[in-house]
Amino acid sequence: MAQDFAWIRPEPRGIHVVPADCWIDPSEPVGHALVTHGHADHARGGHGRTVATPETLAIMKLRYATSDGALPVGYGETIRLPGGVDATFVPAGHVLGSAQILLEHAGERVVVTGDYKRCPDPTCPPFEVTPCDVFITEATFGLPVFCHPPIEVEIGKLLDRLAAHPERCVLVGAYALGKAQRVIAELRRAGHSQPIYIHGALERMCRLYEDWGVDLGELRLVSDATKEDMRGHVVVCPPAALNDRWSRRLPSPVTAMASGWMRVRQRARQRNVELPLIISDHADWGELTRTVEEVDPHETWITHGREKALLRWHQLHQRRARALALVGYEDEDD
Amino acid sequence: MEAFAALIDALVYTRSRNEKLQLIADYLQATPDPDRGWALAALTGGLDFPAVKASTIRNLMHERVDPVLWTLSRDFVGDTAETASLLWPAGESPPDPPSVSEAVEALTAMTRRSVLAELPALLDRLDASGRFALLKLATGAMRIGISARLAKIAFAQAFDVGVEEVEEYWHGLAPPYRALFAWAAEGAPPPDTGSLPLFRPFMLAHPLDDTIVDLEDYVAEWKWDGIRVQLVRVGGEQGETRLYSRSGDDISGTFPEFLDALPMDAVLDGELLVRGVHQGGERGGAASFNALQQRLGRKTVSRAMLAEFPAFIRLYDVMILEDDDLRDLPWTQRRARLEALMRRLPDDRFDLSPVVDAEHFDHLTEIRAGAREDAIEGLMLKRKDSPYIAGRKTGLWYKWKRDPLLVDCVLMYAQRGSGKRSSFYSDYTFGCWDGDPDAGADLLPVGKAYFGFTDEELRKIDRYVRNHTVNRFGPVRETDRSLVFEVAFDSVHASKRHKSGLAMRFPRIHRIRWDKPAHEADRIDALRALVRD
Repeated sequence: MAQDFAWIRPEPRGIHVVPADCWIDPSEPVGHALVTHGHADHARGGHGRTVATPETLAIMKLRYATSDGALPVGYGETIRLPGGVDATFVPAGHVLGSAQILLEHAGERVVVTGDYKRCPDPTCPPFEVTPCDVFITEATFGLPVFCHPPIEVEIGKLLDRLAAHPERCVLVGAYALGKAQRVIAELRRAGHSQPIYIHGALERMCRLYEDWGVDLGELRLVSDATKEDMRGHVVVCPPAALNDRWSRRLPSPVTAMASGWMRVRQRARQRNVELPLIISDHADWGELTRTVEEVDPHETWITHGREKALLRWHQLHQRRARALALVGYEDEDD
Repeated sequence: MEAFAALIDALVYTRSRNEKLQLIADYLQATPDPDRGWALAALTGGLDFPAVKASTIRNLMHERVDPVLWTLSRDFVGDTAETASLLWPAGESPPDPPSVSEAVEALTAMTRRSVLAELPALLDRLDASGRFALLKLATGAMRIGISARLAKIAFAQAFDVGVEEVEEYWHGLAPPYRALFAWAAEGAPPPDTGSLPLFRPFMLAHPLDDTIVDLEDYVAEWKWDGIRVQLVRVGGEQGETRLYSRSGDDISGTFPEFLDALPMDAVLDGELLVRGVHQGGERGGAASFNALQQRLGRKTVSRAMLAEFPAFIRLYDVMILEDDDLRDLPWTQRRARLEALMRRLPDDRFDLSPVVDAEHFDHLTEIRAGAREDAIEGLMLKRKDSPYIAGRKTGLWYKWKRDPLLVDCVLMYAQRGSGKRSSFYSDYTFGCWDGDPDAGADLLPVGKAYFGFTDEELRKIDRYVRNHTVNRFGPVRETDRSLVFEVAFDSVHASKRHKSGLAMRFPRIHRIRWDKPAHEADRIDALRALVRD
């Protein structure tokens, strides 16, 4: 008997949709790519044709200057690919424009999640559970120790520390696409109306989010401000800038980092973080396992992350699963 | 427990020593007795709850979490207590944290049998941070980058008293240190410790490095290769004698031959050695450190051990003699008292560390070069007018160790570190060739090291290990045996524990030889030739 779902093949450079000869989130240039979201490990320039949500295409245009052969597909829309494959883009709740891709062929349904989370995010529509035969999921935080607290709790910690040190600033390291804008939007939702200072590398992405209707309030560039201006304020920068010489211009910053890894003390210590904020755009262990239960697929394929533990969970719950061990997906700063 | 848990968390995330001191000092000032005393005991490693072990925590977790998921989590987090605190199933009711003293009382009362029911009851009352703090306190291994010394400095800082005084009283007191807090915080008279055989803080030395001293002002002594000890007797004929290690641990039980060895009250500073053919002294030689190791760390000592490895103390200094505290006297005067004292001491248990005669500094350099042949660790240089001052005061005493030995080894296995290195392959097992590698010889492991490299080098080696893995065994990776380390070590000894028959002392990575082909690394024979047992 032929192997089930032979029309979809995990290969080192991405997930190959064989009848359509197109690739999902390929790690190198291909003729025809479907892209789940704009993070650099999933979206790369140089494809002949790129299919993604309009938001993701806008992000890719900004980051990788690729607009050739772009085909926008809105949430809920279906396009017909060569070889009799239908592709539907479904919200994934990860970052602006992020989508799961539902593939249908010969009566079989496969969902590729890309990266996702289940908790609410003011910058993108929530993950939608889509029934399928094969559920191809990430497992970045696929260990039972990972449990992201409600974001209100973490934002509260940040604001408390800010209030405790009016002469200092709180410097938040946050991934430049998605995390930074979400942290800012959540600060606004918590009633923080002061100007927020941002690192220059975040400026264009914040503007793009605003163009797509995400209100971030008053943002100011660190490069235009003096030390005095920034005392008692929140400053947001990419994680790499946290311990960089750049941060010397700030008024004795309290170093914070917004990341799911902050759940583990030594991870925070490795980054010299004084104020760990457990904020992630990925599903935690509870969300991963609940999602598999809700989607209830015939089998689960795991693309990247801590796949061993999630495989074990499937075994304990009499569910079929396999690890794909795709290379090139990075998750250190999420 | 909340304030203690908050302190532990803050200490974990604080890098600056001054800020750590401030955090501990603030806690000690703001917290009432006896909680603060128990917390201080926890920070200084002074608590022991025999019923709670790391294995207890594992057993508790295995009842609640799948063992495979537990192991994967533990490997990732790198710390048993933290993993358990994160995986502990959340209780139905809101947290109702016990006070530190309530927790300590409960832990003290637990037995091996009751712990499996009683510890969960405590954990259920805490949130994740509280569980972490409780488990750290219960297992006695805080590992949060706070030394006992730092905690004592913070205590001294909190109440504006001298840290030397704190250290001196410390060993006469037990947690929760009420008398110590009463003295320091409330101005009560100092704790009465005169009748106790207490540890006095050692005088320590700085490395000589590039300093050149004038032998007019300094005297040279051997730095013997044993362990530094302090022998204390108080209370006259009926008095008590105790032997302390350099860190102030009471090791009297391990070396019972000294319990009746002192015929007078005194506090003596010396090197603990066992009899042997190296390290010659005025009343015979001593064995290498390797032989002494047979005696260390034992709770009970057999008569055969006592006969085979008889211990003695080679004296460096006298701190207190009968009723005289000699510590303020210059070294020359203390030395004269010590030399006079030798006649009154039994010569099977004591000898005197002789002064090394040298005319000038170059002469001393030659003498030091010969230290290795005699299994001696190096030289000490002591200022002739130096009083005996606790701690490491610049300019008074210097240590000048012999140069390390070097050998080129091949990386064989790499293991993930723990703590802040839990994401790095940072512990390396390396080997030497058991013959001619070009004629099919094999590598045999000769040692293991996890320091000597910079953070930048660690990142490079970590990447190398990941790219050159041929086998994986849990947290260990076997590499393709292509990377050469120049390994530095203090000495090498015969050992039955390793297949190579050799064990290195203090091995560390000296240089990473990215340039050197593995087959040019050293052979076992070359290492064996360096053994001095």
